[in-house]
Amino acid sequence: MTGSTRDRLLKLGVIATAAGAFSGMFGVGGGTVIVPLLILWFAYGEREATGTSLAAIVVIALVAALAQGAYGNVDLLRGALVGAPAAVGVILGTSLQQRLSERAISILFAALLVVVAVELVIG
Amino acid sequence: MEYLAAALLGLAGGVVGGVLGVGGGILFVPALTIFLDEPQLVAQATSLVAVIPVAIVGTWRQHRHGNVRLADGILIGVLSPLGVVAGVVVSNAVSERVLELSFAGLLLVVAAQLVRRALRSEPREAPPQADAA
Repeated sequence: MTGSTRDRLLKLGVIATAAGAFSGMFGVGGGTVIVPLLILWFAYGEREATGTSLAAIVVIALVAALAQGAYGNVDLLRGALVGAPAAVGVILGTSLQQRLSERAISILFAALLVVVAVELVIG
Repeated sequence: MEYLAAALLGLAGGVVGGVLGVGGGILFVPALTIFLDEPQLVAQATSLVAVIPVAIVGTWRQHRHGNVRLADGILIGVLSPLGVVAGVVVSNAVSERVLELSFAGLLLVVAAQLVRRALRSEPREAPPQADAA
């Protein structure tokens, strides 16, 4: 393994650990951690960072939902009631994103982080 | 009426998820607690059920635009349970309020870095529409 490959794997591992830890501790999704770190550490473009984050969330959410389901905490019907329109929403959202500049995506993302931070403080 | 409101918040959560690459839980949890009367813990767990289709459909759409580095994404997903364990250990050692405030502070620092970087860089406009609809 070359040094740069090892470095890369290490950084991906740190992103994964941070995403898992924060979602475990605060119920904040992994995306709030994954997207900015891919941009700031890996120089990903904003669109690539958000697309790759969604791929990671597929795995994270599946594992977490199965674990929560085993404890009987999941209400499938209500989840579907919210999730079905959300699946339509994400098609609109990804399509809208292709029309935004990457700068605008970064600034919108920063706004999301501020909202989450405020929620943590007052929630 | 409550169902309609919850569904609309779901739709909005999906849009946010698509634009920003997050699961949408930030809107799904309030949809479930406020409009569908779920307790907080159940709502957080149930919101995962809504996050799954958002993440799958979003990945699929972004992949068509060439915006997914699948190997990196899967690696992050597979390694993240390590962090869940670390988080449980830390949250048992440190007070929850201290954790919340530290994480909030960290998010603000990251937000500032994103904005600074975005304003410094050349504006990269949306690519010409090769919209594979």
